[in-house]
Amino acid sequence: MLAPATEFPIAVDRLVKLYKTVTAVEGISFSIEAGSCVGLLGGNGAGKTTTISTIMGLVEPTSGKVTVLGAAMPRQRHRVLHRINFESPYVNMPMRLTVRQNMNVFGMLYGCQDVAGRMRALADELDLHEFLDRQTGKLSSGQKTRVALAKSLINQPEILLLDEPTASLDPDTADWVRGRLERYRRERGATVLLASHNMSEVERLCDRVIMLKSGRIEDDDTPARLIARYGRSNLEEVFLDIARGTGEAREAAR
Amino acid sequence: MSMQSPARIAFSPRRVFAIVLRHWYLLSSSWPRVLDLIYWPAVQMLMWGFLQQYVSQNSGFFANAAGTFIGAVMLWDILFRGQLGFSISFLEEMYARNLGNLMMSPLRPAEFVTALMIQSVIRLSIGMVPVSLLAIAFFDFNLWGLGLALAVFFMNLLLTSWAIGILVAGILLRHGLGAENMAWSFMFLFLPLTCVYYPVDVLPSWLQVFAWMLPPTYVFEGMRALLIDHVFRADLMVQAFALNAVLFAGGVIGFLLFLKSARREGTLLQGGD
Repeated sequence: MLAPATEFPIAVDRLVKLYKTVTAVEGISFSIEAGSCVGLLGGNGAGKTTTISTIMGLVEPTSGKVTVLGAAMPRQRHRVLHRINFESPYVNMPMRLTVRQNMNVFGMLYGCQDVAGRMRALADELDLHEFLDRQTGKLSSGQKTRVALAKSLINQPEILLLDEPTASLDPDTADWVRGRLERYRRERGATVLLASHNMSEVERLCDRVIMLKSGRIEDDDTPARLIARYGRSNLEEVFLDIARGTGEAREAAR
Repeated sequence: MSMQSPARIAFSPRRVFAIVLRHWYLLSSSWPRVLDLIYWPAVQMLMWGFLQQYVSQNSGFFANAAGTFIGAVMLWDILFRGQLGFSISFLEEMYARNLGNLMMSPLRPAEFVTALMIQSVIRLSIGMVPVSLLAIAFFDFNLWGLGLALAVFFMNLLLTSWAIGILVAGILLRHGLGAENMAWSFMFLFLPLTCVYYPVDVLPSWLQVFAWMLPPTYVFEGMRALLIDHVFRADLMVQAFALNAVLFAGGVIGFLLFLKSARREGTLLQGGD
């Protein structure tokens, strides 16, 4: 039996994660509406990767509950993993395999029936044709990111988890990637959870931002409302206020 | 796009095939990897073969026990290379930082382990078939001539190698590449204890108790019975299968416990040391 159905594709309820004596996440709760794009922001050690890893079923919560598409993670993960995908700097595609070979393997793993057709569609969409038969390790950073993106879209996921999707890319390629992500979300109605340190990226892509600090949610709102509430001109300044602990005083002063 | 419903598939041969294919792509794109599979077994076999030739010229017993050294080294290689084939395929995923991709895909642990077992047989075949032909050419020793006995020896040794490979994979999942040496050295504990090159009687009696707890001991004793006394000891093979069933179950339970612990400690994404 799946966990009781929830209207939210992702629901995190009082999540706590302790690593021995270190508290990585301290009782956070949030839910994400279908079709929305939510940014998870915070400095290093804020708990972003632990939160995303728990949502993906890679980490077992110490307490609390994480539900993805109605399945309790990580216990029921195999019921929903084929409907989710991700991109993360913590993993690579096998470098000696060609892009076509990698797509073939991951297409089969994710249960695509027409892997060749899906590969053609992704190659058109993400402009992969010129290097489909080159080894993945011999591609440029931008090309590797496009391949990683293709892998993350191979199963047309309902939920896409992105950890720093444009890190180490030049501005032009990063902009191109953001455009593709926006289009995928619009066309497919996918729910996207994005962890990033690039504030302009978050402002452009996200309907809502969850600010984490020391394993707790410090704030949670739309980018525009956060900027207005903190009396700042952009999200980066809001981020700095929260990271340095000046946000609360500033808000109180207003 | 049409999709299978993997949620309903508890064990998917297609996902198993995907992992086998991934490793086949890797092997076929890298001749040094293929050469490495043949190189050491060939060197070992030649060294022990020449040693046996020398010893048998000077000892009546060894002259009558033709092939025991070469047979032993080749069966040892099945045991050792079988485990190494499993463990190296697993390590390749860690070296490539691909383990996270697999752990977050619909691939199930049983499918992953099955794919690695198939991969270990493929790697073993690439190494052992040419070496067995070399043994015929150099020493007139035909491993294939053991017939049905070889099949029974092979299955027993492979089961042991998989059990150890599965357990080592669990340790690697939990402790990352810092535990890499386990993959290379774990099986060497079996070398003196399973009496590859000498009868169990040679061991002190207290150590014999431990030796008889290990399935390969029965295989190597069985091989000597076949080559020296020309008797196939079915009783030894039955005992080896029974012990292998216990060892394999222990390996799987160990793997699942390490996997659970890795999920608790958050080491599945890291894979480092």
